[in-house]
Amino acid sequence: MTYRADPPGTHPPHDYPDYGSTKLRHPTRPLSVLPQRLTELTGPVFGAERVRAGDDDLTNGGAAIGQRIVVAGRLLDGDGYPVPNSLIEVWQANAAGRYAHAVDRWPAPLDPNFTGAGRVATDAEGRYRFTTIRPGAYPWRNHDNAWRPAHIHFSVFGQAFTQRLVTQMYFPDDPLFFQDPIFNSVPDPHARARLISAYDHDASTDHWALGFRFDIVLRGREQTPFEAPQ
Amino acid sequence: MSTPSQTVGPFLSIVLPWPDGPAAVPEGTRGALLITGQLTDGARDPVPDGLVETWQSAPDLFGRCATDTNGTFWFRTVKPAPLPAPDGTVEAPHIDVSVFSRGLLQRLVTRIYFAEETAANAADPVLTSLSAADRALLTAVVRPDGTLRFDIRLQGDRETPFFTV
Repeated sequence: MTYRADPPGTHPPHDYPDYGSTKLRHPTRPLSVLPQRLTELTGPVFGAERVRAGDDDLTNGGAAIGQRIVVAGRLLDGDGYPVPNSLIEVWQANAAGRYAHAVDRWPAPLDPNFTGAGRVATDAEGRYRFTTIRPGAYPWRNHDNAWRPAHIHFSVFGQAFTQRLVTQMYFPDDPLFFQDPIFNSVPDPHARARLISAYDHDASTDHWALGFRFDIVLRGREQTPFEAPQ
Repeated sequence: MSTPSQTVGPFLSIVLPWPDGPAAVPEGTRGALLITGQLTDGARDPVPDGLVETWQSAPDLFGRCATDTNGTFWFRTVKPAPLPAPDGTVEAPHIDVSVFSRGLLQRLVTRIYFAEETAANAADPVLTSLSAADRALLTAVVRPDGTLRFDIRLQGDRETPFFTV
């Protein structure tokens, strides 16, 4: 069974001039449609075997500097079914907005207790959970006085090549959204809102960490003729 | 209602490269192929912060390689089998490819085909829907040493044909 196309406006265009790095990297010719056949309907399936002990704690046992948080949610397909035992890879800047990466030259302090790399697998109900610190905002050179809103990068596989997704999770009420071309590249405001996590008091842990909920929804399957609306 | 795509950004190498990523099959595997290529932008400059992934069926094999400072990536895999399509046609052996990088707000998808599969390629439903020039761009080049070259040009002259899935 094939996967249905997302509604127009769900995903950013390849050519988005407000985000300068798209200028030399977007295809200039129209894309052809690749029919979904065996290669597209199967996909790499990775789960807990790719996760090592401690990969779900980015704080090095609580030593990392910053506001400690728990990020929890579900990986679902567009029909509401959970995607079980599926690898989620995350990476982020530290509390000062600095990545532990040689190319990041923003002169904010590095934290020896924070690499910003994490891996988790979803459980049988598609749930995942990891502990980290709230990342800081950081400046970049895209436009004058440009600042990225705080975000965590997510990479998920789903169950088919067609469902592969890389995205970013943002935090509620970030005052930097208005000037961020990456967040605003998503045309549909309702779709854009799905990139923003929600504060979740049930996920907060007393005297340990604040909770944020972020559900990730991958493409659903086409309805079969038997399931077509009447 | 799907979660939107966002760029992988410039710091993907914090977690995404796997030590065993480019080796879809172990060294010494019977029939193993080495595929290398360069990821370049519209100015023909290398893309040093990209990630290229491969997926193939029959056998199911996944590869993942971050580009180096020259934009170079590599994979070791085996050639997949032809695949039956529901409409009665047969797809020639092919590998699906995903490309991620800073500046790509969504992944780009393309395919690798094999030059020696002349008859299968001539009947492949995807290749036959494309121009001869695009078919050539999707066909890996065989080097004198038997390894394959598949360059990915994001934009401009000889731009790689990309697909929506």
